[in-house]
Amino acid sequence: MDTPTLAVWKFASCDGCQLSLLDCEDDLLAVAGRVRIAHFLEASSDVLPGPYDISLVEGSITTPGDAERIRQVRAESRLLITIGACATAGGIQALRNQADITEYARAVYARPEYLRTLATSTPIAAHVDVDYELHGCPIDRRQLVETISALLAGRRPALPAHSVCFECKRRNTVCVVVARGEPCLGPVTRAGCGALCPAFGRGCFGCFGPAETPNAPAEAALLRATGMSDDDIRRIHRTFTVAAFEEAAPS
Amino acid sequence: MTHRYERVIDVRALARVEGEGAMHVRVRDGAVEDVRLEIYEPPRFFEAFLRGRQHTEPPDITARICGICPVAYQMSACAAIEDACRVTVPASIAALRRLIYCGEWIESHTLHIYLLHAPDFLGYGSALALAKDRRDLVERGLALKQAGNDLIELVGGRAIHPINVRVGGFYRVPAPGDLAPLRERLRVALDQALDTVRWVAGFDFPDFHHDHEMLSLCTPGTYPIETGFVTTTGGLCFDVRQFEQHIVEEQVPHSTALHARLAGRGRYLTGPAARFTLNQHWLTPLAREAATAAGLGEDCRNPYRSIVVRAVETVYAVEEAIRLIDAYEPPPAPAAVVPARPGTGRGATEAPRGTLFHRYDLDPDGRITAARIVPPTSQNQAAIEDDLARFVAGRLDLDNERLTAQCEQAIRNYDPCISCATHFLDLHVERA
Repeated sequence: MDTPTLAVWKFASCDGCQLSLLDCEDDLLAVAGRVRIAHFLEASSDVLPGPYDISLVEGSITTPGDAERIRQVRAESRLLITIGACATAGGIQALRNQADITEYARAVYARPEYLRTLATSTPIAAHVDVDYELHGCPIDRRQLVETISALLAGRRPALPAHSVCFECKRRNTVCVVVARGEPCLGPVTRAGCGALCPAFGRGCFGCFGPAETPNAPAEAALLRATGMSDDDIRRIHRTFTVAAFEEAAPS
Repeated sequence: MTHRYERVIDVRALARVEGEGAMHVRVRDGAVEDVRLEIYEPPRFFEAFLRGRQHTEPPDITARICGICPVAYQMSACAAIEDACRVTVPASIAALRRLIYCGEWIESHTLHIYLLHAPDFLGYGSALALAKDRRDLVERGLALKQAGNDLIELVGGRAIHPINVRVGGFYRVPAPGDLAPLRERLRVALDQALDTVRWVAGFDFPDFHHDHEMLSLCTPGTYPIETGFVTTTGGLCFDVRQFEQHIVEEQVPHSTALHARLAGRGRYLTGPAARFTLNQHWLTPLAREAATAAGLGEDCRNPYRSIVVRAVETVYAVEEAIRLIDAYEPPPAPAAVVPARPGTGRGATEAPRGTLFHRYDLDPDGRITAARIVPPTSQNQAAIEDDLARFVAGRLDLDNERLTAQCEQAIRNYDPCISCATHFLDLHVERA
């Protein structure tokens, strides 16, 4: 079999998730040796034409042009993997979805009429079929290496659907809610970061989005018990994956 | 009959930069008539949705503006909010902030030098292509970059979007013993950084100079990173609180990034070359010696040599990190208390690409009522366009493909972070 081709695509985002690939320092040249990097504009001016075996897609859809471009990327890709909160959930820029976009534009730009932007920021899966999703803001580079390695070996990547709490227990981190009354989204947030925030003494703020089947009422009661107001709870749910917590488990 | 000669160069997207943009050049009768750097990165509206957020939230939120320099966003945000709340953090916390920021300088500068910019000088399309011939060089770059990332991870918890930074300081501070293994690693990184200066100093630099006013923070006694007065080569010196009186932003039709200008004076340049020109006497002796040996003079006005300045600043950041680790004493508390209060706060720090300004207006509950963020790429955009106009004018005899490639390299001199400014490049050269 020919060396599989890898393409990396950027939509509205901060570049952090594709940077995770460059941050695989020890593994980068090893990965690069097993795939042919055919399209990765952040890292290479050498661009090969499609079709591509694996496409990694970063960023959300926020312009009419990008809504069209993602269809072309899908048509040229055998496997399409979305990477990061922007691509999987619309990202932090989906905060516009509940706001008046004209007012937003006016708040930032003196001449909003120069802009071409959609009123929403939507995940890639809202536009085209997606084969795998890597969650996180940013993604975890160990998950990225696992995913690429699995696909090269022809197996399904092992991606967690359980909550951050499992990772805390595995890490022997003392529960920040129980021990210190810190508000924490760990019970309803998808694992993948290694339970980083609790290890640093702060509650999880949900940047990997909701775990599968989160118990939202129990979580809300827990957050209220730590002193958060309903307004605080709404705000913390609507930040890095914006509406994902409410959609996963409407209260 | 008028003989018209028209030629259009169209490159789908500029590579090896952080973001999306395009460049349009119009040439008429053999002279460059217009150059526009079009940043078409979709607007993400951070300043709009920061409104209504609590004063504790901007470090986590504004980090998401950029995956390459999140620490810069976190540090400018903290400085501005602490200014609004009239809190000054203890020197021990300020030192730890400077330490994590050194990690970002090492990581970001090395990324730009090895993965984005050096391939231009060596005739490769990417570092991965370079690695096929000179794997040792790319491995050195990746190791140096990893030292920077490891420093950010140790202090900040994560290299991209650190989680340990908060208004007032940190959630958890390292124990002195935690830093010891990293110190050893930085000793190795120092040799790699010095080798990097010697390597890039040997590149072939086109003879090209600019006359832009240059702007940087200045902190008497030390090289500016996380604090300072705003200073320019034209003699301006003002407090960060006066930033908006001196810097005006305007919107142009062709870009989602605003253009910043010095009031009454025009375009200017911020970034490594400006920092070096205004502050080189505050470099460490070793970094200054490396700069001199690399051929950098009293100022750096050749944008191509910015890669050498980045390498020198990497040496400085590694040395500074080692010094800060040696002097480290854990703060009495991980963070100062920053109570909510009404007011306006301003903060600026030196992102790897240049001065990054934030302003927040807070209501009595500490809710943000207005936010303003002026990233380095917005500030540099007019200067980049001016350079490109003069650059293209001197190279009109080149064919489309070579002119395109050279314009891309010229733009990469500035390490434009287009995600920050709103990312990169369709090149159109229209000759009429």
